Amino acid sequence: MTTVQFLFYAFAALSVLFALGMVLNVRNTVAAALCLVVTMVSLAGIYVLLEAYFVAAVQIMVYAGAIVVLFLFVVMLLNLRHDDFSPSRQLLVKAGAAVLGVVALGQLLRLLRVSLPEAPAAAEGFGGYRMLGLTLYTDYVLLVEIASLLLLAAIVGALILAKRRVDR
Amino acid sequence: MIPIDHVILLSAVLFMIGVIGVATRRNLIVVLMSIELMLNGSNLAFVGFNRLHPERLDGQIFVLIVIAVAASEVAVGLGIVISMFRNRDSVNLEDVSLLKW
Repeated sequence: MTTVQFLFYAFAALSVLFALGMVLNVRNTVAAALCLVVTMVSLAGIYVLLEAYFVAAVQIMVYAGAIVVLFLFVVMLLNLRHDDFSPSRQLLVKAGAAVLGVVALGQLLRLLRVSLPEAPAAAEGFGGYRMLGLTLYTDYVLLVEIASLLLLAAIVGALILAKRRVDR
Repeated sequence: MIPIDHVILLSAVLFMIGVIGVATRRNLIVVLMSIELMLNGSNLAFVGFNRLHPERLDGQIFVLIVIAVAASEVAVGLGIVISMFRNRDSVNLEDVSLLKW
């Protein structure tokens, strides 16, 4: 087993472990958010191993930086340190989760039998900001514009949803 | 070299953990976090499949767009959480059942 493979399995184990820690943690919402950070950072490590360097940087900056800080901010603003909701006990939810689990398990077992080809060697600059930027601003320039519109709409929507009701 | 099969397997596992969180948890903030986890799982699949075809970068571009969508989704979702907490004094999903039949 090479170093890269060892690192991949280490990061994979870490991300799954802390993802489970986030979902199964029923006492402390702050700890759940911190578990999410560990998952995000180990996924960024896997992106680096897959030679997607720019995506790894964005993953750390946007997910581990901005999004989780937003979660923590709201958790602490609402003072939800102690999350005393146990998971749902409704029968319908349990049945639905069981069906989903069985279907997903089948899919996973199928996935284990399929073997994908070995990844070919990547070209120089694969996953770097230069190639990514060139592709983003030539082939996908419309997508960038749509994303900017979406972000603008999200800013306006979040402000309107979260502000106090103004008296007329 | 990393076996891409295992990358895809890991992405499926992360997605399923997210689904379990969405289906079973009642704290709206944890549900939003689980949705983030599902998005991360799909991102990992995109990057993994992109690694199989390194002559193009479409998968990584999709990941960037998904991250933008996730950021705006979190902003709006947490805005909803705050206004819900202000109106109902709770973030329990079972307390908001106005649209449930």
